[in-house]
Amino acid sequence: MKVAVLQFPGSNCDQDAFHLFASGLKLNTRYVWHKDTTLGDVDLVVVPGGFSYGDYLRCGAIARFSPVMKAVQAFSQQGGLVFGICNGFQILCEAGLLPGALIRNASLEYRCITCALKVEASTPTFNPETLGATIKLPIGHGEGNFRIDEAGLARLEANKQILLRYQNNPNGSLSDIAGIRNEAGNVFGMMPHPDRAFERFHPSMDGLKVATAVLATKFPQLIKRTA
Amino acid sequence: MKISVIVTPKKNVLDPQGVAVGHALESLGFPKLKTTRVGKLIELEIEAVDSPEFRARLDQVCKDLLSNPVIEDYRYEIISK
Repeated sequence: MKVAVLQFPGSNCDQDAFHLFASGLKLNTRYVWHKDTTLGDVDLVVVPGGFSYGDYLRCGAIARFSPVMKAVQAFSQQGGLVFGICNGFQILCEAGLLPGALIRNASLEYRCITCALKVEASTPTFNPETLGATIKLPIGHGEGNFRIDEAGLARLEANKQILLRYQNNPNGSLSDIAGIRNEAGNVFGMMPHPDRAFERFHPSMDGLKVATAVLATKFPQLIKRTA
Repeated sequence: MKISVIVTPKKNVLDPQGVAVGHALESLGFPKLKTTRVGKLIELEIEAVDSPEFRARLDQVCKDLLSNPVIEDYRYEIISK
């Protein structure tokens, strides 16, 4: 199992994401620079958090046109696993790999807290049975307010594409949405940080379960490791 | 050619910035506001000739990059030839 963590100018959770997979899950993990046009041999692409390109214009708007994103588009179209965290989620929405968009928090505040999240029954590996009914993950964002039109929300609900919902909505997100997947079930995105929840000194270690649930989409044998 | 591209939050999308600015205006004693929306103005100056093809390309970059059609509307004005 091989993991690639993308690096954009302004990414600042790339090392956190790297260690979640390299140290937390003991997987072969490497960085891929935003100017690279190929991903190489890889099973999961992680789009990490941060402020790619300074969040200029809109969060993720510029990163979306990075050379590496063409390779990520092609990889996802072939069914490859893609996981966007925080700014990575914003980039995947801007790139159209996930539906919807993320706007300024309703409070206008940058929120940096640990959130209780309700786990939705979304996929055979991402559900309350494998993760627990509620998990705790830190958030740190100013623009995590998920928005989508009514028809789009209805599709998300009907296809069980919602992964996580906030128990106490910190940002005004529509339907308390904290994370979603694409319809095909190979592209995942969330504002909370599993990459800040895998060491004993972190607020929780639920990040390991979340990362495992994403990987287990293609490697179901993984579920036994943490269950 | 000088072009101004104006990007605004869609009418049905919550605009937290606009709400905050509205509150600030009210606290200054400005008359009661129905709505306040905050958008962006992008000024472009380019060597190009106005043509239907050029307008099509302009529309395309407005949709792809300068605005996000999920949450924003755009319009543009040709300021000078």
